[in-house]
Amino acid sequence: MNEMTRPLPAEITAPALEAVALTKRFGAFTALDSVSIKLRPGSVHALLGENGAGKSTLVKCVMGFYRPDDGAVLVNNHEVVIGDPRAAQTHGLGMVYQHFTLVPRMTVLENLVMARASVPAVIDWAAERAALAAFLATMPFRIDIDAPVAALAAGDKQKAEIVKQLYLKARILILDEPTSVLTPDEADETLGLIRAMALAGRLTVLIITHKFREVMAFADDVTVLRRGKLAGTGSVAAHTPDSLARLMIGESAIAAPAARDGAPTNEVRLAVAGLRADDESGMPALRGVDLQVHAREIVGVAGVSGNGQVELVQVLAGQRTATGGSLRVHGELYAADRADIRRHKVHCLPEEPLRNACVPGMSVAENMAFRCFDEAPLARGGWWLDLAAMRRAARDLIARYRVKTTGPEAPIATLSGGNVQRAVLARELSRDVDVLIAANPVFGLDFAAVADIHAQIVEARNRGTAVLLVSEDLDELLELSDRLVVMSRGVIVHETTPAAADLTVIGRCMAGH
Amino acid sequence: MDRIMNALAALLTALVVPGAALLASLALFGAFVALVGVNPLEVYELMYRGAFGSWFSWQNTLTRAAPLILTALCTALPAQLGLVIIGGEGALVLGGLAAAATGVALDGAPVALVMGAMGLAGMAAGAALIGGVGALRHRRGVNETISSLLLTYIAIAVMNHMVEGPLKDPASLNKPSTAPLAEAYQIGPLPGMDVHWGLVLGVLCAVAAWVLMSRTVFGFAARMVGGNPRAARMAGLPVGRLLIVTTALAGAAAGLAGMVEVAAVHGRANAALVAGYGSTGVLVAFLARQNPLAVIPVAILFGGIGASGGLLQRRLGLPDASVLVFQGIIFVVLLASEAMQGRVRLFAPAPILPAAAKEA
Repeated sequence: MNEMTRPLPAEITAPALEAVALTKRFGAFTALDSVSIKLRPGSVHALLGENGAGKSTLVKCVMGFYRPDDGAVLVNNHEVVIGDPRAAQTHGLGMVYQHFTLVPRMTVLENLVMARASVPAVIDWAAERAALAAFLATMPFRIDIDAPVAALAAGDKQKAEIVKQLYLKARILILDEPTSVLTPDEADETLGLIRAMALAGRLTVLIITHKFREVMAFADDVTVLRRGKLAGTGSVAAHTPDSLARLMIGESAIAAPAARDGAPTNEVRLAVAGLRADDESGMPALRGVDLQVHAREIVGVAGVSGNGQVELVQVLAGQRTATGGSLRVHGELYAADRADIRRHKVHCLPEEPLRNACVPGMSVAENMAFRCFDEAPLARGGWWLDLAAMRRAARDLIARYRVKTTGPEAPIATLSGGNVQRAVLARELSRDVDVLIAANPVFGLDFAAVADIHAQIVEARNRGTAVLLVSEDLDELLELSDRLVVMSRGVIVHETTPAAADLTVIGRCMAGH
Repeated sequence: MDRIMNALAALLTALVVPGAALLASLALFGAFVALVGVNPLEVYELMYRGAFGSWFSWQNTLTRAAPLILTALCTALPAQLGLVIIGGEGALVLGGLAAAATGVALDGAPVALVMGAMGLAGMAAGAALIGGVGALRHRRGVNETISSLLLTYIAIAVMNHMVEGPLKDPASLNKPSTAPLAEAYQIGPLPGMDVHWGLVLGVLCAVAAWVLMSRTVFGFAARMVGGNPRAARMAGLPVGRLLIVTTALAGAAAGLAGMVEVAAVHGRANAALVAGYGSTGVLVAFLARQNPLAVIPVAILFGGIGASGGLLQRRLGLPDASVLVFQGIIFVVLLASEAMQGRVRLFAPAPILPAAAKEA
C-alpha cells in the first residue's frame, strides 16, 4: 500500500472515458436514447438533468449494472465490455453513490480492506491499519477509521465512500450527487480535492449533480440530458447557469418562488422547550432544545448533519420518544398521536420520503390517503374504506401536484424520487396545515422540483402556516427562512435572520465553536 | 377494465412461484418414495384418489381443511403487520382445552348458550396466548417467532397437566381426557354430508379476515404498520395497539379451531388435539402468501394431503407419516423459492431498479 502514499509519477495520466450512442430500454420505455458522452482524461465532467432524464441509467450502463441495448463504452479509445461492476473496477472505474453502500456494522477500515478485489485469506490488520492511516494522511478527509460506519454522520459516510474508491485505485471516478449530504465547506473541500487530483492528471471525474454552483466552480465540461436524450454538451466556460437551466428543462416552466406575503405574527404555534431525546444507540442527541415558531413564519434550522436535527424532526413527527422537555402546539401539550395531529394540523415533509413517510409496497393512492383514510369521505362510518373515493382523491392530487405515475394503483416504490416527494407533498400540503415540519425536503431533487417545492412551502407560510425547516443546505435556509437558528451538539447555539446573517458567525456556530 | 386485467396478471404472477414450488416438491417426494421402492406415479395417483378422488375422500379432506384455515389465519393476520407468528398449535390446544372445560362446566345449560360460551372461551384462550406474544413484542422487544414457538410447548404442557390433573375424567384411563361433552353440545355435520360446521366457520373467518385487512380502516392502518413502522408513527397510528389487537385476533382464530376440534371431532380435550394442525397452518399461510382468501384453497389442498396418508398406508405399505415428509419438503422448497419471488414477472415489464445499487 506504500505506493499510495507517494505522489504518483507524472507520466501516469488518467484514462479517457467515452460512451457512444448508448441506448437502454425498459419494456416499451426508452430510458436512454442514443446518448454519447466524452470525458477528456484528467477533466471534471458534470452530468446535469432533471429527475428521470436518464443520468442514473447512463451511469449504470457504464458501470455494468445494466447492459445497454445498443452503443459502446470506450476506455482510452479501446472498446471495453463491462458486464458487471467488478469488471468496471478492473478498468479503473469507481462510483460513489448517492445512497451509502458501506456495511454499517463494520468499521471504515474493515469496509475499505474488504472492498478490495483481492483480499488475502489472513489479513494483517495492524499493517492494513497503518497503510490506510498513511493513505488518509494524504487526504483532507478526517475519518475515524476504527469507528463502525453506522456511528458516522451522513457527511462522514459520504467521505468514506469517496475515500474507498480512491483507495481502490479508481482512475475514473463517477460521483452521484456527492455533496448532497455535505456542508458547503465540506462540499467545496471535497470537490476541490477531486478537481486538484484531476488537474494533476490522476483522475478523470464525472459528477452527477443538481447544483449549478458546483458545475460552474468545479467542472471543465458539462453534458445535459433531457428525457433520455442528449440536450447539450460542451465546455463549462461556454455556459452560464441560465443557459444550462434552459437546456435542462427545455420548454417546461419553472415555478417562480412565491413572494413572501406579510410578516410573521406574534402567535406562537409551535413551542419546543428543553427538549431531550436519545439517538438510535441510546446516546443523548438532543440536550435541551428551545425553539418557537410563529404563525406565518419559516424558522430554518441549520447545522452540520449529525447534530441532533434528525432526532428533533423524529420527535416532532412522532417517530421518536422524547426523554425530557415539552412540545406545545397552539399552547397545548402535543403528543404527536393521531388525535393531536388532526386537532393541531401538524404535517411533515421528512427527508428520504420513501423511507420515512411512505409504505413502498402500497399504491400511490393508498400512500396519499395516510392522513385521511380514517375520516369521511374515504372512510364510511369511520371503519369501512371507500376504495373508489380513495382513487378519486388520489387522481385529483396526482393531477394537481403533477405526480408522474402510471396511475393511482402503482406501488409508490416504482416512482422516481422527485415524484415520491411530490406525492408526499400532495398528501401533506393539500389539507389545512397549521404547523409544517420539513426536513431536507428537496434532498436529491432536480432544480425544477426544488423551485416548485420551495414555492409550495412559502405559499403554505403565506397562508399562515408555521414552518420549521431543517436543512443541510444553507442556501435553501437563507432563501426561505424568516428566522434562522443554528443547531450544534443537540442545542440551539445561534439565532439570526437571513438579512442580518453573518456567514462567518454561522459557520463558526455550525462547527461548534 | 385495465384494473381487472392488471389484477388478473398480478394474480397469475403470484401463483407462478408457489405453483412451481408445489410441483418441485411433488417431484422430490416422488424421488423419496422411489428410494423406498414404491412407484412414484402410483403414489401420485393414490394421493389424488385419497384427497379428491371420491365424495368420501372430499369429505375427509374438507374436515381436515376446517381447522387448517383457522390456524393459517393465526399466521396470516400478523403477517400483515410484518410479524412471523408460528404459535397456532399452542393457541389451538389452549382454545380446545378452554372450550372443553367450559362445555363441561356449563353442562345442562341451553345449547346455544353453551356453544357460544365454548366458542368465546376457545377464542379468548387463543387470543390471550398470541396477543401475549404481540404484547411481549411491543413492550419488551421479544422476537415474536421464538416466543410464539416456545409458548406453544408451554400451552401443550398446560393442557397435559389439566387433563391429567384437575380436569381429568376418572373414566378416561388409557388416554387422560376431560369429561366428554354432552351429545347436544357437539357440532354436527353440514346437511347432506359428514363435514362439520367448522368448515363454514373457517371460511367465514377467512373472508372476514380478508375484508378486515383490505377494506377497513383497521386493516389499512395495520398494513401501514407492516409496510413501514416509521410512516405509521408519522401518521400518529397507535402501533402497539394495532399489533396487540391483530395478534389477539390471530390467536382467537386458532383458539376457535381448537374449540371446533373439541366440539366436532374429539368430543373432549386430550393429547389428540396436538395433531399438527397448528404447524401445518403455518405452511398453509406461507403457501397462500399470507392472503386470507388464498388460505381457503391452500388449506383444502393440505387437508387433502393429510387425508391421503391413510390410503398410502393401506395400499402401498408406506407409513401414515409419509405425507408429513411431503409437507416438510413443500415447506423447504417454498422457503427456498421465496428468493425467486419478485424475480418472476411474466405479465409486467421489468421494473427500473431503485438507485441504490449493490457494490460487488
